[in-house]
Amino acid sequence: MSLVNFTAREITCKLVYYGPGRSGKTTNLQYVYGRVPESRRGRMVSLATQTDRTLFFDFLPLELGTISGFTTKFQLYTVPGQSYYNATRKLVLQGADGVVFVGDSQARRFDDNLESLQNLQDNLLAQGVDIRQLPVVFQYNKQDLPRDLILSHDEMDDALNFRAVPSYPADALHGTGVFETLRGISELVLKRLAVGSPVA
Amino acid sequence: MTVTLNPLYRFDTLIVGAANRLAVTAAKAVAESPGTVYNPLFIYARPGLGKTHLLMAIGHAARAINPRLTVEYLTLDEFVEAFHAAIAAGHGEAYRKRFLDVDVLLVDDVQFLTHRREMQAELLRLTDALQATNRQIVLTSDRPPAEIEALDERLIRRFAGGLIIDVAAPDYETRVAILRRKAEERRAGFGEAVLEAVASLAIDNVRELLGALNRLIAFQAVSEQALGPEQARMLVGGEVETSEPTAPAAQPVVESSPAVASAEPSEFDDFLSEIAATVAQQVDAWRGKVTAAVLRWQGEGFRTAQLEVLLAQEMVNDPERILREFEEDVVRLQHMQAEAAALAPELAGSAAFRDPANLDAAEEALRQAREEGAPPPPPSPLWRLDTMVETAANRVVLEAVRTVAAEPAHRYNPLVLVGGPAVGKTHLLHALGNALAERGGPVACLSAPEFTGELIEAIDRDAIAGWRARYRRATAFLLDDVHLIAAKDRTQDELFVLFNALIDAGRQLVFTSAAPLDELTGVEPRLRSRLEGGLVVELSPPDAAVRERVLLRDLESKLGTADPQLAAYVASRPADSVRAAQALLQRVLEAASAQGVTPSAAFAREVIEGQTPAPAAAKRSSSRSSGLVAPGASATRSREKMVWEWPEVSERVIEEWR
Repeated sequence: MSLVNFTAREITCKLVYYGPGRSGKTTNLQYVYGRVPESRRGRMVSLATQTDRTLFFDFLPLELGTISGFTTKFQLYTVPGQSYYNATRKLVLQGADGVVFVGDSQARRFDDNLESLQNLQDNLLAQGVDIRQLPVVFQYNKQDLPRDLILSHDEMDDALNFRAVPSYPADALHGTGVFETLRGISELVLKRLAVGSPVA
Repeated sequence: MTVTLNPLYRFDTLIVGAANRLAVTAAKAVAESPGTVYNPLFIYARPGLGKTHLLMAIGHAARAINPRLTVEYLTLDEFVEAFHAAIAAGHGEAYRKRFLDVDVLLVDDVQFLTHRREMQAELLRLTDALQATNRQIVLTSDRPPAEIEALDERLIRRFAGGLIIDVAAPDYETRVAILRRKAEERRAGFGEAVLEAVASLAIDNVRELLGALNRLIAFQAVSEQALGPEQARMLVGGEVETSEPTAPAAQPVVESSPAVASAEPSEFDDFLSEIAATVAQQVDAWRGKVTAAVLRWQGEGFRTAQLEVLLAQEMVNDPERILREFEEDVVRLQHMQAEAAALAPELAGSAAFRDPANLDAAEEALRQAREEGAPPPPPSPLWRLDTMVETAANRVVLEAVRTVAAEPAHRYNPLVLVGGPAVGKTHLLHALGNALAERGGPVACLSAPEFTGELIEAIDRDAIAGWRARYRRATAFLLDDVHLIAAKDRTQDELFVLFNALIDAGRQLVFTSAAPLDELTGVEPRLRSRLEGGLVVELSPPDAAVRERVLLRDLESKLGTADPQLAAYVASRPADSVRAAQALLQRVLEAASAQGVTPSAAFAREVIEGQTPAPAAAKRSSSRSSGLVAPGASATRSREKMVWEWPEVSERVIEEWR
């Protein structure tokens, strides 16, 4: 998928929310969905299990209107976090322009975060994408939980963010950090417009 | 949202003074023929000086002239609001179309474009589109475009492409006229000198002036007594002093801000505006780069039409490559220009090296420069003025030559050296050429046949202009054997033109001629008279003293020591030139070398005359005789008079048979 289509004068950003199961990826999308005027959002597609776990993926198209003569569209995806849905994750990751890694700040999910991050790297690599070349930001969700249950922003950075990409503490349920994260990844992706060669 | 034009804001209700006359004239011209004269028209003035009045007056007048015209007036805030509303409703294109159909678009207060990149881009697009269809756009601002903070360069250029005009504060007379007109409109009568008193106050904002008038009217309405000038001044003066002069400027912001403030700050809107800014920045980054390149290269004097064409386009494939190629071309031009300028300094600023779109012209110019730039033939370095032998016979000539060398083109111009063959004209010419060359600049020193030869070659190559230029650059022009141009009409024409050009340019000219100028046949009188116009000096054949000095020097350089007697003897031998005397000496030296003896006067006599050295010979040699030995008993013994080797008899016979 191309980021910029100069012929159709269209910018399409595919952003994928990645992370361990129950870290709050879908919650992020739901919060965004709730804040976008109806005219700007498409139907949010969510395939969930009975227990509200993402079965396949969530998809939220956002129409940002015409910016500098370009019809700008954002497509937000989430992947199913559970390890046994790796095929789906690979599928969703295809053609991603940027990835938001939603980490679960709870100390007990420490290993899940690492495992998911490793899985992200592997899946990208399988598609010939070096994670170092792809815009990635971290979101450390559930920072609203009691201090003794969670790792702080810095601790999460130490554990996951060894390339020092932008990272955001968040409480996706209440919206804290959701738009900051979205803005962060969007800017990283859009800034590649200038450096990346425009692909038609 | 479009505000209807205020019916009071017409040209006929506008007081025209020195401060706004230009702006009113331009505005009327625009109203009379929208889209043709000044497009866009940009009017700027401090608040309260009638920008909006002018803007609306244009609308009224345009409509009055052609009622079918669609005229739209709106402030920038309304423009922005409408844009946001249209985008929110997903009708961005409809919004654009709406303005594209407007014949006269009047936009007020564009200073609020500051930091609104998205709106700037919209306005740019709109301006371009309206201009392209000959539709008029008029804008007003409280400051000139260049002072609107963070305003897109392209917009500034677009505005500058039309007409930017300012309205100054009204002068006293205009203020009185305004007050009178307004008082009349309000049917308010004031005592003598009241309005004049108010006008004399330092109120140069029309809006404040009218506010002052309102105060006067209100005061007079409740006052039983008529208002006096002093009273009026105090009443109004107090008001003015307490009022904040910048308040009106800030007013529109305050007015527009409730609308902005009422909009609920939304996370998504914030997000959207930041994304818009990022996208605009990234998508339009190439425009910034191209604009920067245009400004840079224009600043350095290069034509940037190629790049400006890009800016007019909405999208460009691979602008980086185009910029890179443009810069490569510029570098090539710079190199070519540097080379050309080294060859011909006048090419330093040549337009041929300023257009990267036309490298062929630059290459052609360089090729010409190379051809023309080759320095004209220089004087031979063999001869130098300081080695010239001076004697009583050539003192006058040498003095003239030295004067020319010291003050070229000042004293004797042209200098013509006349003398028979082998009297040293050429030596002197080249020696003078070298002296002139030391002063710097190319010195042309060549013979007339060479000059003609070059001319023929230049004609043949169709490079006559370059050939001429080459000689015109010479700081001095020395032509040997000018008599040889006789009957060569084209050479004479060229020489005549060159002569005039060089004299006009203050360059020295030196000629040599084998014949006196008045005996030159086949040379055009106009050229001859010019040659005669300078100094003509005659070189006599070198006398024995000159020959002796030259021979002494030759001996010194060849043997290390100079035998004065030998030199004197050889110099005394008959020779019509120094060259002949030198040849004679050479013959003696070769004979001495062959026989392994030291050359001496006696030996020379033996070699030259075939005589054994005799005491009398030394005496004779020192005397100035013709060198001829009188025929006598020993006449047949003179080596010079005898044939030593007879040719073969058979050869002679054949010779005679012929």
